[in-house]
Formats: sequence, structure tokens, C-alpha cells
Amino acid sequence: MTYTTALGNNRFRLDSHNTGLQTQPVADEIDADRDAAATSQPTGGTVTFEKVCKTYHASGIAVKALQDISLHIPAGSVFGIIGRSGAGKSSLLRTINRLEMPSSGNVKVDGVDIASLDETELVHLRRRIGMIFQHFNLLSAKSVWDNIALPLQVAGVPKPEIKRRVTQLLELVGLYDKRNTFPQRLSGGQKQRVGIARALVHHPEILLCDEATSALDPETTRGILQLLRDINKRLGITIVLITHEMSVIRQVCDQVLVLENGRIAEAGPVWNLFGAPSHEATKALLAPLQHELPEDIRIRLQSTPPATGGYEQILQLSYNGHGGLEPDLSLIGRVLNTQVRLLHGGVDRIQGHAQGRLLIAIPDQAAVVATATCGGNQPAIAHHVETIGYVPVD
Amino acid sequence: MSLSIDRYWQAFADTLIMVGVSGAIAFLVGIPLAVLLIITSPGGFLQSPRIHQLLGSVINGFRATPFIVLMVALIPFTRLVAGTSIGVWAAIVPLAISATPFFARIAEVSLREVDPGLIEAAQAMGCRKWDIVRHVLLPEALPGIIGGVTITLVTLISASAMAGAVGAGGLGDLAIRYGYQRFDTQVMLIVIAILIVLVTVVQRSGDLYIRWLKNR
Repeated sequence: MTYTTALGNNRFRLDSHNTGLQTQPVADEIDADRDAAATSQPTGGTVTFEKVCKTYHASGIAVKALQDISLHIPAGSVFGIIGRSGAGKSSLLRTINRLEMPSSGNVKVDGVDIASLDETELVHLRRRIGMIFQHFNLLSAKSVWDNIALPLQVAGVPKPEIKRRVTQLLELVGLYDKRNTFPQRLSGGQKQRVGIARALVHHPEILLCDEATSALDPETTRGILQLLRDINKRLGITIVLITHEMSVIRQVCDQVLVLENGRIAEAGPVWNLFGAPSHEATKALLAPLQHELPEDIRIRLQSTPPATGGYEQILQLSYNGHGGLEPDLSLIGRVLNTQVRLLHGGVDRIQGHAQGRLLIAIPDQAAVVATATCGGNQPAIAHHVETIGYVPVD
Repeated sequence: MSLSIDRYWQAFADTLIMVGVSGAIAFLVGIPLAVLLIITSPGGFLQSPRIHQLLGSVINGFRATPFIVLMVALIPFTRLVAGTSIGVWAAIVPLAISATPFFARIAEVSLREVDPGLIEAAQAMGCRKWDIVRHVLLPEALPGIIGGVTITLVTLISASAMAGAVGAGGLGDLAIRYGYQRFDTQVMLIVIAILIVLVTVVQRSGDLYIRWLKNR
């Protein structure tokens, strides 16, 4: 039996002790910097898509990468865009800093239509939007220090200020002692930390993450996601990330958008999407996270009760996070008014909403199920109760 | 020794001047040409098929002409530039003109192999076009460019020996006049030995520098 829970919002604060990073003092310093700068806001930026379409022409054939995307990303949120490969995630992300131009429709950053910007204005916009990449894209001919300093250098920031900010960022990502190393001597996780430092060196309002953890192992992925979450919490930077892994969405995002064939399949708060996915694409993406029926039960499962001999009825209780309804084992026992054996299941707390699934076995009591759901005067034990079969008992 | 050591020194110095000066010209002109070829190519950030094609044709034209033919064909131009068509400085003109497109093509290949992701990252961080050339394209392509410099220098050493045959001075001149025309085998062998050492030193230094660049 697996029973997974997380401590809701507290997990990030608790876990940050384990990363060995002293984000708080440095983050405060960056905060102070941002407040001091009259032009920059202390909060993150907003992104609005209005009927964005993107069509590519590859050898005479028009490929519709994005179709009619309308969407608002609020300031300070961690917004996830998920989809299978080729769904258009990358194109969508790249329209935010105009690495790609939409074929039609508008993209607005802080209310300004970015298609209207001239080259100088575009450069300034890009300095307000940091970006990190799946393959890190660090310059191999420059040291860690020079990589992080480059965005400031090309912006003509004075040397003492560059030194101060690069030091600050290196401390934030915990790589100060690696400052003179060249990227090829770093591990994947370290490279991405350098990438993050480089993306934050202009104190941006928005951070774009292009599959930022897809080239990393699970442990390093957790570390990087934690750092991103920390940055979002402490600095208020809006983070837009694209991924093909639901686990990434679950760990860091507030809002999620599912993209399928260039269209929005569904969107909403992360807990809702996990608890009650409505689109096929979402369900497919969630599949790797779902707890499958254990093998020993699956092979003995029958669709009808055995004619002779004793059997147990297997019920699946689903929770989608709505209305504060949570798995309550004593309540289940009381409502079903019988012995309840917990066979298998998993419950996640996402943004404070419990969602998941329990498999329980009860002695032959088919009749009880009808009232156990939400009907009758009995309290509900789950959002959905379903008999998935019967297992003979020796 | 049949020939005084001073004659060897003089010839060696002439070769170094011919190779060094024409190599430097090829580098200084070839790099901008290569950058121009890259940024005007389809998908480059100064996309211009006309400039790209024009540049490509001129480069191909010079590369298609054998050095010995180019040298003779360029004599009027050489007179105009160097004031004479004989001697070390006169040889530098055709040497530089033949080495420049050769080097430009090699540098172009190295520049084209720079990961497009790095250029994208540079754009995303707010780099302008010139910043990308200076901070991304050229430094990232440096190992390949150094390899190109090595190959160009070695090619120039052999071409300069050829130029020696038409009275340009240098080691080739020495080998032809004494080794060939006066049947002095010793001069011939010494010149060959010096050329081998020179080429080895150039090649080895280039290789070591590239290895250092790649293992920082």
C-alpha cells in the first residue's frame, strides 16, 4: 500500500533547509534592489494571450503549431504549460519574449502588445524576462562568472555593479565557489543553477522555463524545482514553465494549461486538473502518476460475484479535491457499516486539496454501495464510489 | 656546408614574413567574411540571399583558381599594390588573396556549427546582433577557427615555396635555385628538413591551443 502525502504549502519552507542554500538573505537583498529601482515593480509581470495562432510552413505544407490561444497568466503565479511533444508548448513559450512571432493574435506583457516594440524596446523587454533551457545553453568559452555577467555586460551596467549582482546571484544558487569554473566541468544540476542565475541577473519580472528539468535526474530535478519555487515565493517573479511531466506541474505550479495539437485542451488550478481531469490528453499525461491495480488483485478480479463460496467486493473511492471532502477511514467504516480492508491507494495534497484514490475490500454487501456515494442521508465518503469487481475468498 | 648559414637564415626569415603577413591578412579579412556569410545565410539574423550569393561566388571563384595561375594572373594588381612583381612583398599579395577565401570557408564552417540554442539564449538575455557575434559566435567557434588558422598557415608555407620558384625569395627559392638548378642535394635536404620542422611546429602549436581551449 502506498499512502503519499505532502505537507501542503509548508513543504517548500521545510525542504529549503535541506538544499543547503541560503536563499533568504540574498533574496531580501534582491528584493531591496528591486524596491530601490524606481522603474521596476516589486511584483512579477503578467502575460496575456489573445487569439494567438502560429503557422509554420515546412516544405510547402502549412503546420498549425498554435490555434486560437487565449489566456491570462497572473502576476506572481507559477504557470505550467504541459503537453506531449509537438503539442506547441515551445512555440507558445517563445512568443512571450518574441523569440517567435505569432502568425495572428496578440501577446501582451504587462498590458503592452509586444508585437509593436522596435528592436531597442524588444531588447529592453527581454531584459525583463529571464529564460532557462532544457540543455542549459551556457557559453562554453566563458567561465561561470562570465556567463552570469554577460547579460549585464551587454546592457552596459558598470563593472562594480556587475560584480555585486553576480556575487549575489552566485550565492543565491549556491555556486560561488565555482565562479571560475568552465561549464563543461559542472554537473547538469549545477549548469541549470548557472542558467537560473544568468536568467535572474537583470532582476526580471517573468522567468520562462523551457523544459528546465527534462535533462536532469529526479533528485536534481527536485532541487531545481525547489529553487524555482523559492524564487517565486521570495521575489514574486511570475514563472511560466513548460514540461511534458505532470510530476513537475504537481511540484511547483499553481495554474496549469494542457496543450494538445496546438489547442488548449483544458486549464485551471493544478489541484482541480489532477482531481478531475476532463480531457483525454490530460488523462494520458496523468497516467504515469496513477496507482495501478496491484497485480495479485488484478488477476483474481472477477466482474460478477462468484456463484459459490465467499467473496469480497472491491470498491474504488475517488477524491477530486472539491468541497473539502477527504478520505476518512473511520467514516467509511461507519457509513458502509461493515469491515473495511484498505488494499491500495494514493492520496496527494495539491494546494491543500486532497485528491487520489483508495481501493478497499468489503465482505459481500453490494446493496450498501448505492447509498454510500452522495445519496441518502448518509454523509459522503468519496466523490465517486465504484465497484470494480469481486475477489473470491478461500 | 656548401652554403653559408646566413643564406638559410635569410630564406627562413623571408618565408616567415611571407607566411606571417599573408596569414595575418587572411585572418583579418577572412573572419569578417565568414561572419558575413553566416549572418546573411538563410535563417541568419541579417538574412540576405543576394549578399550571401554574391559573396559565395567571389569566394568560390578565387578558390577555384590554382595558386600558381592566380599568382601570374594577379601580376598587374600586385604591381599596383606592392610596386613590384618580384620579391617577398610582391609574393604576399597573391598569397593573401588566395589564403583569405580558403580561411573564410573554414571559419564559416566553424561558425555554422555553433549551437543555435546558444544564439537563442543570447537573444533571450537581451543581446543585440553585434553582441551575439562578439560574445557567442566568435568565442564558441574559436577552437574550429584556430584549426582553420593552422591549416591555412601550413597551406601558406607550401604556397610560399611555390612563390619562391618565380623569384619571391624564401626557402622554396633556395631549394629551387641551389638544390634543383645547381644539383646541390644538401641544400635541398636541409630546406626540406626546415620546412618539415616549421610545419610540425605550426600544427603542434595549433593542436595544443585547441586542446587547452576545449579542456578549460
